[in-house]
Amino acid sequence: MTIAQKILAAKSRQSSVQPGQIVDAYPDLVMSHTATWRSVSVMKRVGATKLYDPERLAIVLDHVAPAKSEKNAADHQVCRNFARQFGVRKFYDVDAGIAHLVLMEHGHVAPGDLIVGTDSHCTIYGSLGALGTGIGYTEVTSIWITGKLWMKVPESFRITLDGRFAPGVYAKDLMLHLIGTLGADGCGYKSVEFYGTAIPAMSISERMTMANLAMEMGVKCVFIPPDATTHEYLRGRLENPDRYRPVFADPGAVYEKDIAVDLSHLEPMVACPHEVQNTKSVREVIGTRIDQAFLGSCANAKYEDMVVVSKILKGRRVHPNVRLIITPGSKEILLEATKSGVLQTLLESGGLLTNPGCGACAGDGGVLADGEVCLSTANRNFLGRMGSNKSEIYLSSPATLAASAIKGVISDPREFLNG
Amino acid sequence: MPPFDGLRAVSEVERWVFLGTNPERALGMKDMPWLHRKTEMEQIIQGRVFKFGDNVNSDVIIPGRWLIYIDAERLSQHAFEVLGEGFPDKLRGFDILVAGRNFGCGSAREQAVTAIAGLGIKAVVACSFARTFYRNAINEGMPIVECPELYTAIAEGDTIQIDVAAGRIRHNDKEYRFPQMPESIRELLQQGGLAAYLKAQIEKQASQ
Repeated sequence: MTIAQKILAAKSRQSSVQPGQIVDAYPDLVMSHTATWRSVSVMKRVGATKLYDPERLAIVLDHVAPAKSEKNAADHQVCRNFARQFGVRKFYDVDAGIAHLVLMEHGHVAPGDLIVGTDSHCTIYGSLGALGTGIGYTEVTSIWITGKLWMKVPESFRITLDGRFAPGVYAKDLMLHLIGTLGADGCGYKSVEFYGTAIPAMSISERMTMANLAMEMGVKCVFIPPDATTHEYLRGRLENPDRYRPVFADPGAVYEKDIAVDLSHLEPMVACPHEVQNTKSVREVIGTRIDQAFLGSCANAKYEDMVVVSKILKGRRVHPNVRLIITPGSKEILLEATKSGVLQTLLESGGLLTNPGCGACAGDGGVLADGEVCLSTANRNFLGRMGSNKSEIYLSSPATLAASAIKGVISDPREFLNG
Repeated sequence: MPPFDGLRAVSEVERWVFLGTNPERALGMKDMPWLHRKTEMEQIIQGRVFKFGDNVNSDVIIPGRWLIYIDAERLSQHAFEVLGEGFPDKLRGFDILVAGRNFGCGSAREQAVTAIAGLGIKAVVACSFARTFYRNAINEGMPIVECPELYTAIAEGDTIQIDVAAGRIRHNDKEYRFPQMPESIRELLQQGGLAAYLKAQIEKQASQ
């Protein structure tokens, strides 16, 4: 069986399952972010009064946080009151950061877990070997009450990564390459497993970027099989070390498709408006004017991403026509950047710091006016996502973002690597 | 622990929802005669179609700034508004959306379905759906059909007739077949979605 088959079999209390089979699965964790108030409203509407297991709920207020209006404030209040009333201990308020990163940092995600949540980028939990996938808010309520949901066992693709990234090329460029090659539904409904000689050298931060961006090629879930790096990351984070139980595919597992990528052939990539699959080599868009540079989102606002940007910005200035918005993915990341001096470098270079959270990625602050162009490290460049429907969003790695913020136009990060 | 019957995925909810948190203590099907009632009925959806292309994402269907609402009326006022002049009002004269591949991709926002329903759209037929939209549509009680063959044959403004239960679409003098959903999922749709379904189960349970 593949990893997806094994996890879904375990969570539906069966010895084996086949692709296409529909099972009743019991998630280990149900994540709801600011959308929690909607699930609470459904709970009231259906007349439910009991939770299946409050320990399986996690609530993180990350979108539109802190509140921007009385309506937001009232919605947040519903979430807080719900968490208190029902004893939801994994509750994180507006100070914590983006739900996905917060849950992984706090040890709520273990290999082999099944995690669903009100966010399509739940696929990111695959960076630690967990099956993560997105659902709507009504379904969250249903799982709160019944403990389970129906799931179709997906077919699996295998992507093998060999070689090493050339200088200036990162996991983000790999994923933009894959999304551009395979298309927005290239892995539709599928589970994707990453293998290859390149994986052991990849940090958890890079794996998070990979599992996060995989959503943009339509995956249901994605896995970077746990290894020593995973174990090291989770050591001291998991509430209970016994929870570290990696799930691997059987030698005879069946893959519908095999894809191989040699990382050494890749170069910096950019996704152009208004679809992520609309990718080009950075060379093809060099010189495109930008008004805003956004270092944020669950894709690329981790500590390593901030380090990459600070190294390029050190001793340089952000272009006067560009506003560089820095939204750390979580409070833990912000603290680390504060202690190490990375934050100071970013601010001295002209960056603007906002509170950790989803921020401008979801149009919360950093909104774009008609005709404006934003280069972003996020995962989506859809029409109107960050403001005006006459604005444009390009996506890139943090390094390309830093180079472009300095020059005021989309630029190749490789020209900053030796200076 | 009794064995779980995967094919009766949704009925498992019926079997023990609100009977406590432990499925082992749940009553069996035979203890709940209401589970056996016949809800199968002919469901015909007919109307004019509006046609979209591939990869219509849920940010386009309903922009994130309107997710502060969950009611169909207010959401529908902003559905597809980023596409520019005429949207969403130009959709109000249509009954069914027809789209290419990967309809509803991107964000898992359930309001993408609610906003479309608020426009008076009764069903969506696409070559394929993104999985979150697919699940959300079922949970919101919106019939959705995957039928790639229809897409190339149809023009905007055409009238089609969808027989959800039978798995048939009629367009002009042609008939297209699509695979039926499992019965448990069809029942969810017939009840008007997951919330209505849960509510009905809870009320029935309380009255016993």
